[in-house]
Amino acid sequence: MRKVYLDHAATTPLHPEVYSLMCRFMKDTFGNPSSIHSFGREARKWVEEARQQVADLIKASPEEIYFTSGGTEADNLAILGTAAARRKKGNHIITSSIEHHAVLDTCKYLEKNGYEVTFLPVDRYGMVDPDDVRKAIRRDTILISIMHANNEIGTIEPIEEISRIAREHEVIFHTDAVQTAGKIPVNVEALGVDLLTLSSHKIYGPKGIGALYKRKGLRLLPVVHGGGQEKKLRSGTENTIGIVGFGKAAEIAARDLEEEHDRTKRLRDRLVRGILEKIPEVRLNGHPEKRLPHNANFSFAYVEGESMLLSLDLKGIAASSGSACSSRALEPSHVLTAIGLPYELIHGSLRMTLGRANDEEDIDYVLEVLPEIVNRLRSFSPLAQKHPVGSAG
Amino acid sequence: MYNETVMEHFTNPRNVGEIPDASGVGEVGNVVCGDILRVYIKVKDGVLDDVKYMTFGCGAAVASGSMMTELAKGKTVEEGLKLSNNDVAKALGGLPAQKKHCSNLAADALHKAIEDWKQKASAAAGRA
Repeated sequence: MRKVYLDHAATTPLHPEVYSLMCRFMKDTFGNPSSIHSFGREARKWVEEARQQVADLIKASPEEIYFTSGGTEADNLAILGTAAARRKKGNHIITSSIEHHAVLDTCKYLEKNGYEVTFLPVDRYGMVDPDDVRKAIRRDTILISIMHANNEIGTIEPIEEISRIAREHEVIFHTDAVQTAGKIPVNVEALGVDLLTLSSHKIYGPKGIGALYKRKGLRLLPVVHGGGQEKKLRSGTENTIGIVGFGKAAEIAARDLEEEHDRTKRLRDRLVRGILEKIPEVRLNGHPEKRLPHNANFSFAYVEGESMLLSLDLKGIAASSGSACSSRALEPSHVLTAIGLPYELIHGSLRMTLGRANDEEDIDYVLEVLPEIVNRLRSFSPLAQKHPVGSAG
Repeated sequence: MYNETVMEHFTNPRNVGEIPDASGVGEVGNVVCGDILRVYIKVKDGVLDDVKYMTFGCGAAVASGSMMTELAKGKTVEEGLKLSNNDVAKALGGLPAQKKHCSNLAADALHKAIEDWKQKASAAAGRA
């Protein structure tokens, strides 16, 4: 059976070049980068080369890159580290209601511990209004955290405008760029951010490694304490194998960015066009233009997401959904809720995120299989019976 | 995640559809939690002569609806009332823990359909 992986926003396979470099490194180099002997120095050399590669991906300096265990830890470090460092200045944080849980739940944790958090709404496309940010700023606001692009619906936020507002008010600005780095150009200077989160496994690198970009001179307190690695900001012996793989993945992502961007966007557009043509009563969630090139997110009326995922999986197609039934917490997607979708359309959502492995044949295969699946599920849906398919727009 | 029996019922659900002249109809679930299951029954001489269902729901909802109709068909109304959600889950060889409460409502829907039939039957008897 044909296998089509359309869940690249969840994770990506290792790039073959990353794999072979990691194998080579792990076979020969085991030293602790903190050791002064030749074994340690050799490992240090590799780590610092990777730091340069990661820095290059976002046009930062290597001294501004701090390796963490992944995007989640980097988000935690950015938010908790800023909150602790700026406690005396104030205790108010601004974020959006569509952030990844790594940001959202860290802010909620702070809320329970004496901080105040404003969760900004978004419009029906999932866009944060910079004016809302401006209005939410208070004298005691210490941090604004708005994601670069949303992981579910792919909407790209107006980061440059928001960072300008943050700077005017001398508020620290963090963005989670886990979904954008390596997919669209990310330049920390152009974006005007103080802190930026990166993850390796979304760009064909290994899991368990990520990084926080921290603008030179910005003060942050550590979350993990110990041996003082990563300039005392993230203790713990470096995940050297992961770091080396992340570095290579970042280098490849930067090298191939334009080509991959255009290629996946073309395929994605073909997918979106095909689905809107072939299946009635479907809507595209997220912004029509300001969205990630590889993201497509639909809601199909009258059908439930998990049933769609199971049916697709039986045909070898991997996708994801914002329906309650397909989430671990059995809660409907907070993102689709925030853009104002009714419950029925949240449960009927389907996200397909493209990547390197996909080609035109994959897309045509989905376009052949998906209409049948939706038709079958609609054929015994009591909701479709109430509003027969084809009767409404 | 789901066992083979569940997946088989999900792929080939039995008795889906509606019964236009149903003796009783029952519906459980709501669109907030994401599962709706509607059951139609045809009662003849106190026996569940036909049982059909429709669902908007996850794999567990589709499979439990299917299994329920298989278990209920041909049984007396009294036996149908004794059929529990747990019986349905057992017949399916078990459901994932998190699905047991929200998506395993087929027997409840059947009971509602039987109640609906009883009410209609007694109303008809009252008119006669």
